[in-house]
Amino acid sequence: MAILDGGPTQPVSTVTSASDRRSPAYDFWRRFSRNKLAVLGLCFLVFLILTALFAPLIAPFEPRDRGDVFRGGPSRHNYFGTDIIGRDVFSRVVYGARVSLKIGIGATTIALVIGVVFGAIAGFFGGWIDTLLMRVTDIFLAIPYIVLAVAIASVFGRSENSIVLVLGVTGWLGVSRIVRSSLLSLKELEYVEAARSLGFSRTRIITRHILPNALEPIVAFGAITVGSAILAEAALSFLGVGPQDPTPAWGLMIFQGRGDLADAPHLVLFPGLAISLTVLSFQLIGDGLRDALDPKQR
Amino acid sequence: MASYVIRRLLLIVPTVFFAISFLFLLFFVLPGDPANLLAGGGDRIPNPIRVEQVNDKYGLDDPIATQFVNYWKRTLTWDLGESFATGRSVNEILGDRAKNSLRLGVWAIIAEVLIGIGIGVYSAIRRGSWVDKLSTVGTAVLSAVPIFVLGYAFQYWFAVYPNTHDWPQWARLRTSQIGPPGSGDGSWFLFFIPTGEQWRYVVLPALTMAAVSTALVARLTRSSMLGVLDADYMRTARSKGLDERRIVLRHGVRNAMLPVITLIGLDLGAVIGAAVLIETVFSWPGLGSTIANAVEDRDLPVVLGLTLVVVLVYSIVNLAIDISYAWFDPRVRLAKRDDT
Amino acid sequence: MLSTPSSDDVVVTGLAAAGREPLLAVRDLVAGFDTDTGLLQAVSGLSFEVHRGEVFAIVGESGSGKSVTAMTIMGLLPSVRVAGGEIRWKGQDLLGLGDKEMQGIRGNEIAMIFQNPLSALNPVHTVGRQISEAARIHQRVSKRAAHSRTLEMLDLVGIPEPRKRAAMYPHEFSGGMRQRVMIAMAIMNEPDLLIADEPTTALDVTVQAQVLEMLAGIKDEIDSAIVLITHDLGVVAGMADRVMVMYAGRQAELGSVDEVFYQTQHPYTAGLLSSLPTLDAAASEALVPIPGSPPSLVTRPSGCPFHPRCGRANDSTCVSDVPEVRQIPSGHLAACHEAEEVRLECQRVFAEQSASAEGSS
Repeated sequence: MAILDGGPTQPVSTVTSASDRRSPAYDFWRRFSRNKLAVLGLCFLVFLILTALFAPLIAPFEPRDRGDVFRGGPSRHNYFGTDIIGRDVFSRVVYGARVSLKIGIGATTIALVIGVVFGAIAGFFGGWIDTLLMRVTDIFLAIPYIVLAVAIASVFGRSENSIVLVLGVTGWLGVSRIVRSSLLSLKELEYVEAARSLGFSRTRIITRHILPNALEPIVAFGAITVGSAILAEAALSFLGVGPQDPTPAWGLMIFQGRGDLADAPHLVLFPGLAISLTVLSFQLIGDGLRDALDPKQR
Repeated sequence: MASYVIRRLLLIVPTVFFAISFLFLLFFVLPGDPANLLAGGGDRIPNPIRVEQVNDKYGLDDPIATQFVNYWKRTLTWDLGESFATGRSVNEILGDRAKNSLRLGVWAIIAEVLIGIGIGVYSAIRRGSWVDKLSTVGTAVLSAVPIFVLGYAFQYWFAVYPNTHDWPQWARLRTSQIGPPGSGDGSWFLFFIPTGEQWRYVVLPALTMAAVSTALVARLTRSSMLGVLDADYMRTARSKGLDERRIVLRHGVRNAMLPVITLIGLDLGAVIGAAVLIETVFSWPGLGSTIANAVEDRDLPVVLGLTLVVVLVYSIVNLAIDISYAWFDPRVRLAKRDDT
Repeated sequence: MLSTPSSDDVVVTGLAAAGREPLLAVRDLVAGFDTDTGLLQAVSGLSFEVHRGEVFAIVGESGSGKSVTAMTIMGLLPSVRVAGGEIRWKGQDLLGLGDKEMQGIRGNEIAMIFQNPLSALNPVHTVGRQISEAARIHQRVSKRAAHSRTLEMLDLVGIPEPRKRAAMYPHEFSGGMRQRVMIAMAIMNEPDLLIADEPTTALDVTVQAQVLEMLAGIKDEIDSAIVLITHDLGVVAGMADRVMVMYAGRQAELGSVDEVFYQTQHPYTAGLLSSLPTLDAAASEALVPIPGSPPSLVTRPSGCPFHPRCGRANDSTCVSDVPEVRQIPSGHLAACHEAEEVRLECQRVFAEQSASAEGSS
């Protein structure tokens, strides 16, 4: 029709912004950084990692060195005071960062690997394999993890590695559930059918198309899991099944300081604060990651 | 529906069987002479008489298969054995300690449901209000602070400090035992309500136990409620002319409760973990501290016996929750009906 | 009646000639969302009327503001602020009403049905309960009385075995059935106006036809008017008496269906009509879309909002001035600087098409 011939008389005005040219990574960062709390968490984490790495430079004393003052309060000499046998609490807290980070990240890595493998197998193949694996996870879930942890640690010896093992072995349950359910839904999507009709092999479909999408929810979950792992490690150290004295594990330090709550509350306060802030920052980061990756907010 | 319930009940059997067997084997199959371990192995030198006693009583020289079978034979008749450490019957210990843990547990659940859900719903409705902001910060903090640290913090502020700084008697709370000296198990009304001086001993452990789970419930309720408030059917209710209050109560809350129900009571691993820690911090003689000590001491009958009960209770509670979920959500209810 | 002297009197007089007071009168409505950078207008100066018993269709693409208009009439979007104009219901100002009064009108005098019936119904309540609720909110009736009325309504909308169905849950129904349920819920109180926001978009074509037919029947049964919001011109042709075409928050054209379809005055309407596939077109004939895409709320073009995509736009008035709504006799309105030329052009094309259609049949 003549009305429409001749096309637009003017270029259609649109908002051509830089958003068309940004890479997904930059885009992701922008969304993540909108969440102030998550950024705060990230800053603290960076600070913590640096502290752990440069512990010898930051800590004024060796964590095992004993001084003259026992159960001394915070002072200019000992920022966080001293413990029952005269060790500087500040230095021990600083070195404790290494223990917690190592265990937290180590355990989560193991949990993620096992969980992704299990979840992927269960989700992708479905059927009886799926049912069997789900029963197995149910059984594992039924055992209170503390009993298991204490048992394994008592048998394998009490050390950092025991705890990493225990937490890794109990932590994969949640991961596998998530992976499994995202795989179950992704499997049915049309683009999978399209890929298969093009003749792609099963493995290629899994690795190139499904896994990247299934793994997204894991990222946020992973961050929060590190937080939970550190909490669990603190609890286990507190119960005496983690690294032993003189290793400066935060949970252990609290256990050692608990008898002096009346005179020397700083023995519980500072390690407690350290654990709390660390866990909090992982949780904030995890929340931030989840919001940033949420497709509904893109 | 009935067939679904029966199927689930039957599933409990293999779950319990595998879980306990796994623990059993863990203690026996791993390196080290079981008798040694049991009699206090590791670095300690076992008392040979004790070792022989233990061996005799439990047939620990028998091959593992035999022990295994014997163990289950005994267990099925509910003979949970006696504690290696004290000789007391496990059943007795169970009865004793379980009561105390339950008392704390009841308070935690009351708090979760009343306070947790209440705060969650309110924060969602009055988003951005000071209640909302306060609860968001509060729940975030409570989720990050380790329970035992929280326990010590409460201890310090409400018991230790007041006691060492001569606060008036009425303001001081007590910790480190279950009740006033000489009251045995403590004095209770209706099983879980402390009477008289008893409450001073109960407040702190109950508060700690309740704090963390309430925070979790409040958080989940809030986000669930927020999701529900945005839902299309809320808009439909508004278009029918319903006032806001009824819309929230009648249409919103029930939908928002669905994910929360599964949370309450779900993560038994965490509940037991919390119990162990809190009971240790406050020297509360419950199941948690008993299991922890028993594992320390390799007191097998106690460990296995108590864990068995725990696993059973967990499975049954889970089933109950699943069933009640079906009652709440008709979509699930009908799916189960079709489930053969 | 409305007595504000303005160029919109033109709208009023045209219809007043018919001697009926409008049920719903919207005048110069300006509404939008408050942002940091000012009011983002979703509706910019809209005026129309709906009369008792008529089917009034509002047509437009996504983003044209048609849903926002409906929601604003009902007051269902708290995030929308009305910055100007008025909405009158039976002569009464709706915008000034408090919550309680609005609640009295919603579901009672004005009812609404929504696009996606599955998400619009509460999954944990039975269908019967949700329908009965509509009546019990506004009338003092017992549960039993409300329930029997519910069964009547279910029957009226063509749901078999109403007693059994009323005890079932929304997810147990098919899409078409659910929409019927929504309609039953909406007519419980015999409202004077039914606003249907894309009622059939989510349904299969065959089910669409059934639901629309049922809706038309109901309208006559309870003597209500319907505001039918849709993007489907076929639906409009089949059911509506009058139609308003919206573009970028403004009306492009308004009139009876015959007038708008056959004496089109606005290039946008013309574009919509010509982009419809027809059964008798040659298979090789390409569909004629309107080039470009509708403007977002943020970037409205200057002058006439349609000018960047319009083949008819001149370089002066179309770019600089927002076209006034002009009336051509009998209440047919268009907002276009070139309205007259467009009308003539359309008539010519239409004449050609019918001639060739006759010639080839």
